[in-house]
Amino acid sequence: MRAFRLSGNRVHFVPGWWLALPGTLVLASCSGNQSSLAPAGREAEQIARLFWWMTAGAVAIWLAVAGLFFYAVRRRTEPRSERWGRLLILVGGAVVPAVVLGGLLAYGLSMMPPLVNRAPPGTRTIAVDGAMWWWRVSYPGPDGRTVELANEIRLPVGEPVEFQLTSSDVIHSFWIPSLAGKRDMIPGRLTHLALTPVRTGVFRGQCAEYCGTSHALMSFDVVVVEKEEFAAWLAQQAAPARAPVESLAISGQKQFLANGCGACHSVRGTPARGLIGPDLTHVGSRMSLGAGILPNEPDAFLRWIAHTPTVKPEVHMPAFGMLPPEELQALAAYLEGLK
Amino acid sequence: MMSDGPDIQPLPSAPPAELQRAQEERLLRAWKMPSGWRYWSEVNNTVVGLWYVAGTFLFFLFGGVLALLMRIQLAAPGNEFLSAEMYNQVFTVHGSVMMFLFAIPIFESIAILFLPQMLGARDLPFPRVSAFGLWCFLLGGIFLCGSIFFNAAPAGGWFMYPPLTSKYQPGIGADIWLLGFSFIELAAIAAAVELIVGVLKCRPPGMRINLIPLYCWYVLVAAVMVVFAFPPLIAGSLLLEIERAFDWPFFDPARGGDPLLWQHLFWLFGHPEVYIIFLPSVALIAMIVPTFAGRPIVGYSWIVLAAVGTGFLSFGLWVHHMFTTGLPGVSLALFSAASEAVAIPTGVQIFCFIATLAAGRVTRSVPMLWVFGALAIFVLGGLTGVMVALAPFDFQAHDTFFVVGHLHYVLIGGAVFPIVAGCYYFFPLINGKKLSVRLGKVSFWLAFIGFNVAFFPMHLTGLRGMPRRVFTYPPEAGWDVLNLLSTIGAFILAAGLAVFFWDMIRPKKKQPLCERNPWNAGTLEWLAEMPGKKWGMRTIPEIDSRYPLWDQPNFTRDYDEGRFYLPDAEEGKRETLVTSVIDARPVQCLRLAGPSFLPFWAAITIGGAFIFGTYHWWWPALISAVLGLGVTLVWLWTGTAFIPEKEQKDVGLGLTLPLYESGSKSVGWWAMFIVMLADMTAFICLVFGYFFYWTIHEDFPPASATGPGVFWPGVAAGLLTGAWALTALARRWNKRDRAMGFYAGLLTAGALAVAGGAALIAGPWLTGLDPKSHVYPAIVWALVIWTAFHIGLGVIMQGYCLARRLAGRMTARHDIDIANVTLYWHFTVITVVITVAVIAGFPLVK
Repeated sequence: MRAFRLSGNRVHFVPGWWLALPGTLVLASCSGNQSSLAPAGREAEQIARLFWWMTAGAVAIWLAVAGLFFYAVRRRTEPRSERWGRLLILVGGAVVPAVVLGGLLAYGLSMMPPLVNRAPPGTRTIAVDGAMWWWRVSYPGPDGRTVELANEIRLPVGEPVEFQLTSSDVIHSFWIPSLAGKRDMIPGRLTHLALTPVRTGVFRGQCAEYCGTSHALMSFDVVVVEKEEFAAWLAQQAAPARAPVESLAISGQKQFLANGCGACHSVRGTPARGLIGPDLTHVGSRMSLGAGILPNEPDAFLRWIAHTPTVKPEVHMPAFGMLPPEELQALAAYLEGLK
Repeated sequence: MMSDGPDIQPLPSAPPAELQRAQEERLLRAWKMPSGWRYWSEVNNTVVGLWYVAGTFLFFLFGGVLALLMRIQLAAPGNEFLSAEMYNQVFTVHGSVMMFLFAIPIFESIAILFLPQMLGARDLPFPRVSAFGLWCFLLGGIFLCGSIFFNAAPAGGWFMYPPLTSKYQPGIGADIWLLGFSFIELAAIAAAVELIVGVLKCRPPGMRINLIPLYCWYVLVAAVMVVFAFPPLIAGSLLLEIERAFDWPFFDPARGGDPLLWQHLFWLFGHPEVYIIFLPSVALIAMIVPTFAGRPIVGYSWIVLAAVGTGFLSFGLWVHHMFTTGLPGVSLALFSAASEAVAIPTGVQIFCFIATLAAGRVTRSVPMLWVFGALAIFVLGGLTGVMVALAPFDFQAHDTFFVVGHLHYVLIGGAVFPIVAGCYYFFPLINGKKLSVRLGKVSFWLAFIGFNVAFFPMHLTGLRGMPRRVFTYPPEAGWDVLNLLSTIGAFILAAGLAVFFWDMIRPKKKQPLCERNPWNAGTLEWLAEMPGKKWGMRTIPEIDSRYPLWDQPNFTRDYDEGRFYLPDAEEGKRETLVTSVIDARPVQCLRLAGPSFLPFWAAITIGGAFIFGTYHWWWPALISAVLGLGVTLVWLWTGTAFIPEKEQKDVGLGLTLPLYESGSKSVGWWAMFIVMLADMTAFICLVFGYFFYWTIHEDFPPASATGPGVFWPGVAAGLLTGAWALTALARRWNKRDRAMGFYAGLLTAGALAVAGGAALIAGPWLTGLDPKSHVYPAIVWALVIWTAFHIGLGVIMQGYCLARRLAGRMTARHDIDIANVTLYWHFTVITVVITVAVIAGFPLVK
């Protein structure tokens, strides 16, 4: 929108043109797959509604106070009386805030119990353990056994879930802004977060408590799908790893075991049963790598394995850049194939 | 107007001109600044305050540059301007410097600079303590800021949560934070003690409690808050440092500890801290607004009540920093409600300012411009504060850039802008010249626009999912434009502040002096001549109004001619008046300490103990501590509790006052009392720790615990009660001049104290409590060592009193030393009784 328009021989200043700026800002700011203002979960929806009401109130109050200030300082012949002033203080400083805050508390606190309480028994429970700087995820499997994965969560739309949150080292915070508020993961304690996704899509979660050097690089993908798709996915995750078929991948599996990767990583169905690092049984079918910081591509696997501390400073995994390029390619092909 | 008591009038006629000259000359000589390198030994508040303010602004610049570095790094996704390791140090040091080396010291330094003049006093009651605080601040600050140049700065965030900081950050960064800031916090408490005693006890006669300038009320409230808010942080820092250095598991869940205890202790400090920052800054607005409205403040009592109410309430809000830790809904609801409630007293104050402007005739000026900016920004910050106070919304906003936006709106609007307004307003009191109107306006608009461009988008950035303390972010997140905007705004803000700083430091030799009381204000500090004289006050006036320069007829003339109290310095000493708390009746003529390097050496040696301890150089640390003790004893011996050459002095207007008071009439006793309140608060926090662990364990003390038993703690309690009783008796005997009784009593008290301390340590020692094994032995040992340390100090104090009496520096009449030491022992015996009840008694009853 142009600030000026030509009319005849004169230039007219378009009033209100500048409103477009914050307007665009606001519109631009709401969207995103990691945005609490583009809710996809019941809890996030309620909180977003609360936010918009509060914002409207805040704008109104700010304008009122600013208006009063300008009224107070403008040049006048007669100053207002002290009695008027005291009334202003009483009403504006005490009565109106008390009423507004009382109402706000009633609204806000009434929506709190489902956000803090435990979900009813029988709710699907997903265990997430925060580590520096990745997420260990455990689902109850279709056959009763636990399904281990890492850095990705899939949820059936419309169904409540409860996350059981722990940490094995420092304080992390589990946060999926599009779905719900966050909950801290505190060593020595068990916390819970209940939420219900209401539309399908791919969202992003991120650690929200400073947890050391690569705190900024600790994210995860959240995929909300239809119930049938979810069941299929869970069954596939529960299954052991696919055996590699083409020669590069077969060679990669040999390299994987020979280089000791199995000491830290599990690939179910192979001798690799390490529990220190993320489970890699189906890493090839994840949305991203490295806890949400790399795309799931062979190149990314290469970068991660060869230059680990460059990708994620001070990460606990040692780099394997000393391996010859063919071995690295083979490893990448193998892991890519673990779908 | 005064309603009861005699209406004291100034002298009906001026003293003869030669007498006035002679008085002024003697005053100037008594208050003369030492020359050459001895200049640095000055302790006059006008000098110390100025250095303190200057140091604070330098740290502010340092913190600001760090912020610009952060903004450069975040201007684009995936930026590599700063590495992750460096960025994490930068944001930690930025926050820590701004909170500990700017926001608190600026309130204390401005108060040191101006409080005495606002209260018609010549100086604060303990000038050397102010100087000590300054040197501690400078030493600790340089130590901390210097670390970043060695890549050894703390990197745990300014609130340093364990277990990250206890177990996962080897290296000395975290230790520098813990020890460096604990050292500075002790200095901050010392300054707070002085400000409290100054406001309560060193006012001009007639300045009853309801006539005190609002700035002084605010400073009083903030200083009292410091006394109770800093100790929880000191206690927590002690525990965290002991865990880091000696592996005692206070925050290690594997051995019974809990990271959440740190959060409670930190935020018990952290929340009041932000009000400690806000209240003295808004106090500047409370002084500026009446001047430019040309009328007294409307709603004085309400502002006072609101400030006090905010102070109290702020201690009940801390859990709102912990909403996402999984605490029960009831707690969250209570703390949400309390956090919302604090908006009411805050709002009352703002409306009082608006009402005053509306009821007056407003003069536009640069200070008022910055006040407008302050209120505009702060109110917005307060409104986002109301939002995050509501737990459900905080679940989304916590630990995101929304909070970064909120906190900068309230801190920059509530502290920085008022402080700049105060600089423009009070600058003439520094050197008699005004700052530039043009530069004031330019800097304001740059700062105001730049600030909003920088920080307003952050609310959106945070709700769009960007957490705090991230050194970078991915391009797909869609946060680039918002971050770039914030970076541009930050540089505009920096430009504005740079213009302001230039205005302050530019040479003003060619600029003419401004007229006296250039703004036509009504309060006492504007009696100053342009440029001000080192004596602070020509004479201590009698007051019967909140705005004496407006209300009391011929006030300035009477002041200039010395028609009030203490117009002279006949003995060549620096003096001011001590008055009663409520009615400000004069009760003592206080002789103030003069220039000395002892506070400097005390700061160096005591600071050395902390600094050497950071590197684990235990012997140098111990030696430094001992030297620090020695310097302190020399300072006390040579600089306090002088027996005056005469009992009474004529202070003018027909009034004679004692020169020496002891016990609850003496300012030193008050200082000891307030220091001990702070000390007890830290101790109670340790006790809170013990019971916190009890609440989170089913079995506490654990069944396998072997100690500390009942016998040895019981013996200790008995012996130490005896030591305390004998100390109190010794004071009585000294008063009755029974010298032998005094010496015998105090010596026995000392022996009992040593034995008692040993018995207390014997409890956990002989029952084999290993503090590394589990948090129960650790917290028991912590309580025992704290108590034993205080007993040790108490024994040194008893020895000091013995020496003072032997040397004739303490007599039956002049007994400040034993009075203060007895007070210390009252608190110590309470500490002993509580420690014994907890470690020996609680296991029996639980």
